[in-house]
Amino acid sequence: MSLLVFYLFAAIAVLAALGMVVLRNPVHSALSLALVFVSLAAMYVLLSAPFIAVAQVMIYAGAILILFVFVIMLLSPGTDQGVGALKAQRGLAILFGAALLVLLIAVLGGAVLPPTRGTFTPEAIAAEGDTQAVGALLFTNFLLPFEITSILLLVAIVGVIVLAKKRQSISKQ
Amino acid sequence: MLTVNHFILLSAILFCLGAVGVLIRRNPLVMFMSIELMLNAANLAFVAFSRYLNNLDGQIFVFLILTVAAAEVAVGLAIIVAMFRARENVDVDEVNELKG
Repeated sequence: MSLLVFYLFAAIAVLAALGMVVLRNPVHSALSLALVFVSLAAMYVLLSAPFIAVAQVMIYAGAILILFVFVIMLLSPGTDQGVGALKAQRGLAILFGAALLVLLIAVLGGAVLPPTRGTFTPEAIAAEGDTQAVGALLFTNFLLPFEITSILLLVAIVGVIVLAKKRQSISKQ
Repeated sequence: MLTVNHFILLSAILFCLGAVGVLIRRNPLVMFMSIELMLNAANLAFVAFSRYLNNLDGQIFVFLILTVAAAEVAVGLAIIVAMFRARENVDVDEVNELKG
């Protein structure tokens, strides 16, 4: 049953990702990307990580994608007019992308996974609650990275304001 | 039987599609979406290994990557908007004025 769900959402994710790369209109690309995000959220549910699944839908599909759609509306860049300066780049890119995939499959297929297992089995997580378990780790072992993300977000906010505001000195000239 | 290999294979396919997308598209918005797709592929690998190893550290990493992706998108889109104001078009091949 879970295998069937996996193949269904994997097919949706791969086809939507392909559509995002191929479709000429940026709005269609954005909508395909939304489909990828939602099907990846389904994957996280299959991997018994409901907290990450909800965060995926809220942050990626809810916030990041809306920002993309806003900017597309703001700029209305129109459809992509095809190849630019480097015509050979398209064929080479597809070739090397395929080569990268073959390489990844070969390396990952031959990888030996460590036999050591942690204590967070799906049953233990279900007993404690996924959000509680992640939250407890976030505020104990990973407290410093968690605090640093607040600085990162502050830097991003300041940076965006600086970039987005009109430069007074230039517009006065 | 659903194993970790299924998820890692899907992650690899999505990552390669994202990499090809960055290389073949000329629109910076779509290139940016492809970068998001690669980040998502990495997230899927993190959660898959987290589930396999019964260790929640991977999920914490995904949480941090989500934060970084949000900050990155905000700054990157602001740069694209500024670029569009200055140039009236969004094509990465046209943005070469700083090229030495």
